[in-house]
Amino acid sequence: MLNKTLIFLLGLALLAGYHPALAGSGDFKDDIYNPGQLKPIDSTLKVKVGDPAPSFTLPSFNGEQVSLEQFKGRLNVVLSFVPAAWTPVCSDQWPGYNIAQEFFKANDAILLGITVDNLPTLFAWTHQMGHLWFPVLSDFWPHGQVAERYGVLRTDGVSERALFIIDKKGILRYAHVEDINQRPSLEDLVDAMQKANRP
Amino acid sequence: MRFIPILISAALVLGLVNPMVLADDSPIAVGKALPEFTLPAPEDPADLASLGLAPGQPFQIPQVKAQVVIIEIFSMYCPHCQREAPTVNAFYERIEKDPRYKGRVKLIGIGAGNSTFEIAFFKKKYAVPFPLFPDEKFEIHKKVGEVRTPYFIGVNLDSGTAMIYYSQLGGPDDSRQFLDALLKHSGL
Repeated sequence: MLNKTLIFLLGLALLAGYHPALAGSGDFKDDIYNPGQLKPIDSTLKVKVGDPAPSFTLPSFNGEQVSLEQFKGRLNVVLSFVPAAWTPVCSDQWPGYNIAQEFFKANDAILLGITVDNLPTLFAWTHQMGHLWFPVLSDFWPHGQVAERYGVLRTDGVSERALFIIDKKGILRYAHVEDINQRPSLEDLVDAMQKANRP
Repeated sequence: MRFIPILISAALVLGLVNPMVLADDSPIAVGKALPEFTLPAPEDPADLASLGLAPGQPFQIPQVKAQVVIIEIFSMYCPHCQREAPTVNAFYERIEKDPRYKGRVKLIGIGAGNSTFEIAFFKKKYAVPFPLFPDEKFEIHKKVGEVRTPYFIGVNLDSGTAMIYYSQLGGPDDSRQFLDALLKHSGL
């Protein structure tokens, strides 16, 4: 009986002491919640390259309402869905795009970041990243409606880690759903922006 | 007496004793040999010459022609690393300008989870003057204990093995202070 109790308690102790290290920035210190390894993809796309992209209007953390329509005829639009604020991969992905504005500019593109988090959460989280040059939009209410329209809302209510490129005519030119546990390749995104910017 | 193991276990459960936080458990604790890993030969001839390496040959840290190698584990995606890039550059310039350290101390960066494309972008964006290497699959990052970034490891090569004498999260707010701390314990 004593041995069983000891083994049980030691097992708990090991679990309690197990803090998997994150490949994250020192900036976030211990503020990042690690959900562990997740099912890579947990939704089915509802959009197809070559079709008109579903329109939307969402609130940005800076108080603006941002719609896909407002960029039509002017800019290509890159949508970057990330699953959730304060999680490991998401907290690095946008800071990377934040120093890569020249790739977007060179391809006449605007970046729109989207999560299903509410505005106060997005405000606090992105504040840790420094000044972002692109809008971050909240798809919180009705919950995940835009993610659902594009087919990237997972069964647990967060979105996939997905990238879409919509050209100036409003046509979807690129759709990529990454394994939620990984960061998508910047090189592939730059390549896709260049292709979408060709007439 | 028979309750002592239970008490110890209970203390572990309650976090009163946490063996995982002991410095000796880290693969990059001061006093240990740097875990072995292989890096690709730098493509830039200047980087190759600076490290004293043969062209086209993957290498390990003890092969670097220096007494001390300072390794920055960073990421293009890490805001802290982005902000500190100019300071780390200044740190490198100070080494190169000081006859006591030039040629004896080398600085390299390893991009955790970064591809060759991302490394090249970061190097160009911040005009990084020292060699950077990709670790796209986090293989080296895992070997060094999945540290947060930026992380600085100082190793001394005098014995033929890369022995860790400095291991610290976060970079320099003051490059002079940081350099002094890194060099103070280097044995130079």
